[in-house]
Amino acid sequence: MIIHHPILGPRDAQEFVYLGDATLIDRPDGMNAGTEAFHDYAYNRDNPAGEHRELWYHEQGDRSWLVVTRNTVTHEITKVELARDVARAKGRSK
Amino acid sequence: MRYSGFRVIAEALTGHKGWKPVWRDPAPQAEYDYIIIGGGGHGLATAYYLAKEFGQARIAVLEKGYLGGGNVGRNTTIIRSNYLLDGNEPFYEFSLKLWEGLEQDFNYNAMVSQRGIINLIHTDAQRDAATRRGNAMILNGADAELLSRDQVRAKYPWLNFDNSRFPIKGALMQRRGGTVRHDAVAWGYARGADMRGVDLIQNCEVTGMRIENGRIRGVETSRGFIGAKKVGVAVAGSSSKVMAHAGMRLPIESHVLQAFVSEGLKPLIDGVMTFGAGHFYVSQSDKGGLVFGGDIDGYNSYAQRGNLPVIEDVAEGGMALMPAIGRVRLLRTWGGIMDMSMDGSPIIDRTEIEGLYFNGGWCYGGFKATPASGWCFAHLLAKDAPHEKAKAYRFDRFLKGLMIDEKGQGATPNLH
Repeated sequence: MIIHHPILGPRDAQEFVYLGDATLIDRPDGMNAGTEAFHDYAYNRDNPAGEHRELWYHEQGDRSWLVVTRNTVTHEITKVELARDVARAKGRSK
Repeated sequence: MRYSGFRVIAEALTGHKGWKPVWRDPAPQAEYDYIIIGGGGHGLATAYYLAKEFGQARIAVLEKGYLGGGNVGRNTTIIRSNYLLDGNEPFYEFSLKLWEGLEQDFNYNAMVSQRGIINLIHTDAQRDAATRRGNAMILNGADAELLSRDQVRAKYPWLNFDNSRFPIKGALMQRRGGTVRHDAVAWGYARGADMRGVDLIQNCEVTGMRIENGRIRGVETSRGFIGAKKVGVAVAGSSSKVMAHAGMRLPIESHVLQAFVSEGLKPLIDGVMTFGAGHFYVSQSDKGGLVFGGDIDGYNSYAQRGNLPVIEDVAEGGMALMPAIGRVRLLRTWGGIMDMSMDGSPIIDRTEIEGLYFNGGWCYGGFKATPASGWCFAHLLAKDAPHEKAKAYRFDRFLKGLMIDEKGQGATPNLH
């Protein structure tokens, strides 16, 4: 698979490490959210057959985290964003 | 029809005109006591033991494709019970004992071959870990042996013992481990279940679940609604898709695992060998092909086919261990969809919906578990209580911190 890195252009997926569903960005506040919510965040997944937004880390490149939109049935990649931009668009500024 | 040596001779003398189809092809009835979703190894074994061991009737197995068309026909056929942890080892040893009596039990030749499995050791730390695991196996009634470097060399003199990164220092061996003809397992269970009145319904995909007041009433399928008092789901890589019909999210990701077979060779490996450090394992089929594999591709996939980098990685692992195979050609590669769980261990449990039960999360180790998985799931369905050997495989273990994490990787399904 080729991942079209927003900054570096087309890169072989082998340069990346895969983490999983991009909802892992939305970590609940461990002090306030409660055990159930944190359990759901840490362990449960939608695991869809079809379009999937997921986190890839460019370990052998610029060390950026990407949100890749990929079809889990065809492996076709339709969108690649910097995870930083995705998080900021959600109002995260740190 | 019971199979036997006499039957083969009698049929040979009469032109093989007496063989009958091995199972019926019934249309679904309006309602069953038990519906098992998934006509793979685990689903068919569940139906078989429900009928045979737990005396239940009015059972149907619903399969979206054909019987045994999923992972039970795609794996590398290895059986073993060489686990460490308390939640796992008794269960897998139970499974291995069932394998040992399986062919007599269901009167079908599954070619169970206890040819032995060895896990290679390269460092003192690995030897310590293997010793500990071997002791855990023995404590649970399994067999384990620590082989020295010379003993491994006597078995397989052509291995690369002096690889500079992973020199072979010995191995942990389980002699009772081995291989089984995987398709025959599905066929044997299917035939045994059908003979006991189970309806095996193929080309019947579950498209929805009818749930009223927190209780399952039946399933919507591509062949219409089918009512049921209890529904058991055993669909491996499709677990999340099917359980989504009940509104459930699972601690599971679906990943693709590839497997490989080489052209036929003369006898080279008499058992099963794993080279964990090199992400490679291998055995040799009765036809002579080397059957081998390595890691999952590492990203969520429902494609039943993988990509080239893993093929290269597995081939490199093979070459590091067995330089002699350098000119051997790869005959086929294929992929199956693994239900990778959050701690690398399975789930056999009831759900919050009354009458709906789940069996999944087998990662890439489901084949060896087939008999015990079927037995324990049938026990759960029939008695509404977990089987003693599978009592640790609960949904709530993640909430309670009771994970069964053999590899110690945490909630990263692609690393288990």
